[in-house]
Amino acid sequence: MTAPAIELKGISKAFGPVQANKDISIRVMPGTIHGIIGENGAGKSTLMSILYGFYKADAGEIWINGQRTEIPDSQAAIGAGIGMVFQHFKLVENFTVLENIVLGAEDSALLMPSLSRARRELKALAEEYELSVDPDARIEDIGVGMQQRVEILKALYRGADILILDEPTGVLTPAEADHLFRILEGLKREGKTIILITHKLREIMEITDTVSVMRRGEMTATVKTSETDPAELAELMVGRKVLLRVDKAPATPGATILQVRDLHVTDDKGVERIKGISFDIRAGEILGIAGVAGNGQSELLEVLGGYEVARGEVLMNGEPIDLSGSKSDGRSRRRRGIAHVPEDRQREGLIMDFAAWENVAFGYHDDPGYQSNALLMDNSAIRADTARKMERFDVRPPNPALAAKNFSGGNQQKIVVAREIERNPDLLLVGQPTRGVDIGAIEFIHQQIVALRDQGKAILLVSVELDEIMSLSDRIAVMFDGRIMGERLPSETDAKELGLLMAGITDTGRAHGVGEVEENLAHAGGDAAKEV
Amino acid sequence: MDYLAILQILDSTIRLATPLLLACLAGLYSERAGIFDIGLEGKMLAAAFFSAAVAYTSGNAWVGMMAGIGASLVLSAVHGIASITFRGNQLISGVAINFLAAGLTVVVSQSWFAQGGRTPQLSGDGRFNPIVWPGAVERTRDIMQADPGQQLYSELISGHTSLVYIALLIVPLTWWVLFRTRFGLRLRAVGENPAAVDTAGVSVVGLRFAAVAIAGVLCGIAGAYLATALQAGFTKDMTAGRGYIALAALIFAKWRPWYALGATMLFGFLQAVALRPDMIEGTLGWDVQIQLLDALPYILTVIILAGFVGKAIPPRAGGEPYVKER
Repeated sequence: MTAPAIELKGISKAFGPVQANKDISIRVMPGTIHGIIGENGAGKSTLMSILYGFYKADAGEIWINGQRTEIPDSQAAIGAGIGMVFQHFKLVENFTVLENIVLGAEDSALLMPSLSRARRELKALAEEYELSVDPDARIEDIGVGMQQRVEILKALYRGADILILDEPTGVLTPAEADHLFRILEGLKREGKTIILITHKLREIMEITDTVSVMRRGEMTATVKTSETDPAELAELMVGRKVLLRVDKAPATPGATILQVRDLHVTDDKGVERIKGISFDIRAGEILGIAGVAGNGQSELLEVLGGYEVARGEVLMNGEPIDLSGSKSDGRSRRRRGIAHVPEDRQREGLIMDFAAWENVAFGYHDDPGYQSNALLMDNSAIRADTARKMERFDVRPPNPALAAKNFSGGNQQKIVVAREIERNPDLLLVGQPTRGVDIGAIEFIHQQIVALRDQGKAILLVSVELDEIMSLSDRIAVMFDGRIMGERLPSETDAKELGLLMAGITDTGRAHGVGEVEENLAHAGGDAAKEV
Repeated sequence: MDYLAILQILDSTIRLATPLLLACLAGLYSERAGIFDIGLEGKMLAAAFFSAAVAYTSGNAWVGMMAGIGASLVLSAVHGIASITFRGNQLISGVAINFLAAGLTVVVSQSWFAQGGRTPQLSGDGRFNPIVWPGAVERTRDIMQADPGQQLYSELISGHTSLVYIALLIVPLTWWVLFRTRFGLRLRAVGENPAAVDTAGVSVVGLRFAAVAIAGVLCGIAGAYLATALQAGFTKDMTAGRGYIALAALIFAKWRPWYALGATMLFGFLQAVALRPDMIEGTLGWDVQIQLLDALPYILTVIILAGFVGKAIPPRAGGEPYVKER
């Protein structure tokens, strides 16, 4: 029997009082795709950082191809044939593709010979693995899918036999993700070993041979993918039974709450981010906006939330709201019954150094219930109110005095959601409600959103997670390049069709974007495009 | 304004721009590697004092310059340890260096030479003396009578100290190092995205220390030039804000070596013009306040720093200590 490509024996690592990895042992066989799945904070990234020499384990051994190996730094990891594709790419934005690939792996003190060798090798790699990139393009000018290819090429150029990918599909369109998986299959055929870290069950089922599940720093199970199913994996991840699908009754839409007409947004660089969109949301329905990040969804939320200016017309309960920014702001939007759970809770939703009770008061600090008299705020009333909300939303630990940064991502999000939903708004704007949130909390937040809908409120949901859009929405609009490409009912569409719309390809087969879109068509959309 | 007068102004432009150019290139290496260096001023001042003091004692300007570079490197090491090793605030560390240098140079100078914080006048080999190129004429009377080509050669090209020529050669050298060598690629990368360098298996700390050390050497030469070539000895606060002007020039130059040459020449020109109010008067035909002329380089600095001159994109990781992500 061949030796495992990677064998970890009893790896432990603590950060202060937090035990990130507890006695972890794992064997990854060569020429396989091995998935590691777990919730945020389960210790997956820490484990891989140890393998890549970012951290030194407190205890345990690393064996590579049957040899005990010490990995004190990244250089040693590269030397042992390990390549890593991080979730946040480690690329120099204003360097060319070629320069990024060569960086740190130059042949000599002069650049020219290294660059020309890299150019030749890149060509060979591109042909071998469907990894074509323009070597002279600047990183900031190419899309994320391309950037990810550069990361993979970087690892291969350094002679990696073992490739670790950390949450690789988070930023990709479905078609790009499919392409990535084909690349990975190709690498596997060539005998490379691949470790795929993800929290998406679907990806694990689709591509891995073996899967290891982590929970709270421990490895809870390693199973053959063919012998398991998503429900079992979810249970292993969370430690209890989880509802993977959102339970909801059909919507019963009432009166129109929000009307958006021909909305245009131009950013401060003069680029038009929203190019004339129109839609309605009625009481008691959830409108989901799907799309790859950066196609105007964020701007839409900002305009409706009152902190971005726009041209066009927006009616709330039939009355126009001010879009010029001169007569309105976040507070006046709240008075009109619009609540907002922003996309980036750490930047827009919370002040991380402030206590939970202070964060709960934000935006609603002029609430009469929060004042003790004309001058002073009633802090104990806010604290009591916060404690109540924390209990209702199962925020852990339920301590209003704790700073926001000391809660986990899921609990931070629950604080924001509690603050906004508890105000009983007519319209709730929700951006990326479950980004960086663990499965248990996702389930809860989804239930709260559906409950609000069932009370007859209108909800605008923006998410880059297609699964989330499809399971929560009553109607789905897809945004691409500042336009709405089409509207679909969840029951009458599928991920493939939405994926094409997200890439800017409409029923007529016409691509609105350039470059990568055509490539998606060629690779993934070819057969799908004929169906739609 | 006659031809010879223009040549004379350009000649002083080069002499006055040289310390700015050296300091600007020092800042360029440092900031390209992601370390803001507001302490250029202090390093130059310390180098000016030590080079003058040692040049006086040893009677050799080159030995003096080595001492100046040494002093500047010590301050660079302080900046490096504070801002790279201990990830302190780079601006605060730089300001501390400036204060330290401003105070210590005067105190030590008074204690050593007891001349009110000055060093004694340098002469002979204690200074860098002008190099007369073959065929150039030296005496003012000969220059006045020479043909325009000879005037250009004798007045502008010949007759500078060796440090001026060295500073000018460092410009193409810097360009070549930054854009044609492995070290340059890594240096630029570490100022843009240190995480990329780190994951590529190259030491971020090592690169940044190298950059800060190069900045130290260049500031050392700049300081030695001030005290032992441009002037003949150290005087209190003799850098007179040149470190800050160099920073402004660096922004104006968009962190590029050739542009840095142009930007510092512009500042040098303004300083040279301020030295010749008579010529301004002759050209414009009216009286110009000499104080206004003196203030011109500083006014331009403020304008540039306020961002009026185009959009300059600094290295993206500038000023940020590198901490590995979890």
